[in-house]
Amino acid sequence: MATVHSPRIKAKHQRLVLLVIALAVVLLAGLLAAWALRSQASYFYVPSEIVAKPPEADRFVRLGGMVEKGSLKTAPDGVTIRFVVGDGKSRVPVSFSGIVPSLFVEGSGVVAEGRMQPGGTFKADNLLAKHDENYVPREMQNMTQAQARKVVAETQ
Amino acid sequence: MIAELGLAALWLAAALAVLQLVGGALALTARGSALGDLVRPVAVVQGLLALVAFAALIRVFAVTDLSVRLVALNSHSMKPLVFKIAAAWGNHEGSMLLWVTVMGLAGGFVALVERRLPERTMLATLAGQAFVSLGFYAFLLIASNPFERLATPPAEGNGLNPLLQDLGLAFHPPTLYLGYVGLSVAFSFAIGALVTREVGPAFARAMRPWVLGAWIFLTLGITAGSYWAYYELGWGGWWFWDPVENASLMPWLAATALLHSCGVLAARNALRAWTIMLGVVAFSMSMVGTFLVRSGILTSVHAFAVDPQRGTFILALLAINIGGALTLFGLRAGTVTEGERFAVVSREGALVMNNVLLSAILGIVLFGTLYPLAAEAMGAKVSVGPPYFNPVSALFFVPMLVVLAVGPLLRWRQDKLDRIGKGLALPAAMVVVALLAVLMIGGAGLLPYLGLALGAGLAVASFLPLRDRNLRRTPLPIWGMVIAHFGVAVALLGMASESAYSVERLVALRVGESTAVGPWSVRLASVDPVAGPNWTALEGKLEVRYAGGAVEVARPQARNFWAPAQQTSESSLLTRWNGQLYSVLGEEASDNRWQVRLWWKPFVTLIWLGGMLIALGGVLAVIGHVLSDWRRIVARSRIADRRESQGR
Repeated sequence: MATVHSPRIKAKHQRLVLLVIALAVVLLAGLLAAWALRSQASYFYVPSEIVAKPPEADRFVRLGGMVEKGSLKTAPDGVTIRFVVGDGKSRVPVSFSGIVPSLFVEGSGVVAEGRMQPGGTFKADNLLAKHDENYVPREMQNMTQAQARKVVAETQ
Repeated sequence: MIAELGLAALWLAAALAVLQLVGGALALTARGSALGDLVRPVAVVQGLLALVAFAALIRVFAVTDLSVRLVALNSHSMKPLVFKIAAAWGNHEGSMLLWVTVMGLAGGFVALVERRLPERTMLATLAGQAFVSLGFYAFLLIASNPFERLATPPAEGNGLNPLLQDLGLAFHPPTLYLGYVGLSVAFSFAIGALVTREVGPAFARAMRPWVLGAWIFLTLGITAGSYWAYYELGWGGWWFWDPVENASLMPWLAATALLHSCGVLAARNALRAWTIMLGVVAFSMSMVGTFLVRSGILTSVHAFAVDPQRGTFILALLAINIGGALTLFGLRAGTVTEGERFAVVSREGALVMNNVLLSAILGIVLFGTLYPLAAEAMGAKVSVGPPYFNPVSALFFVPMLVVLAVGPLLRWRQDKLDRIGKGLALPAAMVVVALLAVLMIGGAGLLPYLGLALGAGLAVASFLPLRDRNLRRTPLPIWGMVIAHFGVAVALLGMASESAYSVERLVALRVGESTAVGPWSVRLASVDPVAGPNWTALEGKLEVRYAGGAVEVARPQARNFWAPAQQTSESSLLTRWNGQLYSVLGEEASDNRWQVRLWWKPFVTLIWLGGMLIALGGVLAVIGHVLSDWRRIVARSRIADRRESQGR
């Protein structure tokens, strides 16, 4: 009798093992995702926020605002630019090495992706300007109500 | 006139979808109802009518009929013809029309050729297909009519976004859509099987070519999309974990899991409820992807139409379809009888692990894609990028590669690991050798090292299932599996090599000056104006030499389109067997210097070669399965004929 029953019990047991493995993997994935999102998501700041409460050093964040008129300067190497991003309350100096998006101009909105440097300069790895006449980076649409109006009025 | 014809065809198709749904449902309740015989022809005609509507849209775009609102908004009489046609689906309304057209044609094709399943299951399947289609017909006709006329046609159209004026991109969305919508057939099959409780190997065999077909198109679409982003955006990256990219990756992950579980169901009659569930999930992911892309709810480098009303509509469709299907699944899953049993260490066990790990990666991608939405609801604006996706998904991808190497060597039902241990010695040795080699070269991070080592091992392991086989008699699906798995290894090697050994150089050069990037020396010979059909450009002439060899010329451009007025940078790619030299021309800096950005990317082309190999594997598998089904049908009818003749 036992020899007849044992394979079936074993099969059920093995099914359970698979189920436990599957559940463990799913649980692990969920926990990992939650933990990683808390530490790796990049937050969006406007200049007054980033000045009032700067992010930890080396944390990848996004900074959005208006490029101040007359602030754009090219460094002697010909590929690094410096400019100031403001939101009417605070101003943050930004440096960027690379080819700027074609619609990046003074007095226009920009989202810079990068890190805050110890000296208070924001080092951008990437600049997002408006893509075309129909598209404004989403964050720009609700920076603050006043700015939103300004950017939208300018881009449409 | 053409536009009105298209609109009429669309309304008619929607009406037929109602008939298909009601007819199928009624025929299910009252057996032998005459309505049942109508369902198949109705499905075919519905698909053809949707095709007529789509052809009408292409026609109005081809002749640039500016009295049609959509044409005026998205096209321009000065564009090359191929981009006029591509503009038909390069916008929201047109792409949704393409969606229902593919869906209608797929349903019609199933109705025409699928004869293996019980008729009741087919009726339920076609009714399900009609139900999902109806939602999208309603969406088109109510919220996004592509054929709307303008009272006063403008003198000229707005033009198509120049980034989209590219041959690769013209055919990228239709390819992806074939994949997205192909999964709707799997969804409908799952619904049909749940309604009639007919889940078994026959069902899996009927569903498998559809899953494989959709999966092939998704694979090609993702590969092409990645290559487009790589050369057209001019950032040198090939995958940005952008919501729009994730939207195509998620259905692919689900479809990959589904086609593997389909294999288990077809061969061993196990994983029954799970396969049904995946069928529902895969198409749900297609719809979630469409919702994310089309509602403009997420920030994206691609950024399509932003229209809250449309977003709400798609969200409602999503809720009805997914919610309905999951409810049906919850009600019926308990009655799907348990399949054949198997041991943990067996081919089935390995495929379960594959499914679990793929689902985990799918969950991680979905979670990361939706997280910004959840955070925004709580008042924080965040974006989630590579620092999250790369390490977290790699944690599950690495064990999956191990399963991928081991699984195909295992026997069905029950096996022992020591039996296959010897065979795995060779790939394991490859991993160790590759790891030592990359550690000696140095200069990269943990993930690229791991990728190179595992890629080398997997490249060998993927061919092991052919060992002890007569290669001439090896069935096509086995070849397909081997080639697809080898493609995974090739793509992985390309990704790891690109991220480990890429060299970048950003300089400002005067005409005549030189620079170097990796093994290349680069000289800016001249910058000249050039003109195209609807753009002018500045073209840099870069004279480049690989390791002191012969001079080759790269010509990156900074283009100015005039309709709509927009600048794009056209990167130049010089392909060698061992990598690509990628160059971009930027602005003219002060003092007559030009910004030039250069990358040397060793073996980067393996990424897309691998993608194409994966798709090729799928094609071989489809051909193999369809041929063997065909042979079975022919043999069966021959036996039937013989019996009949003997009976006389």
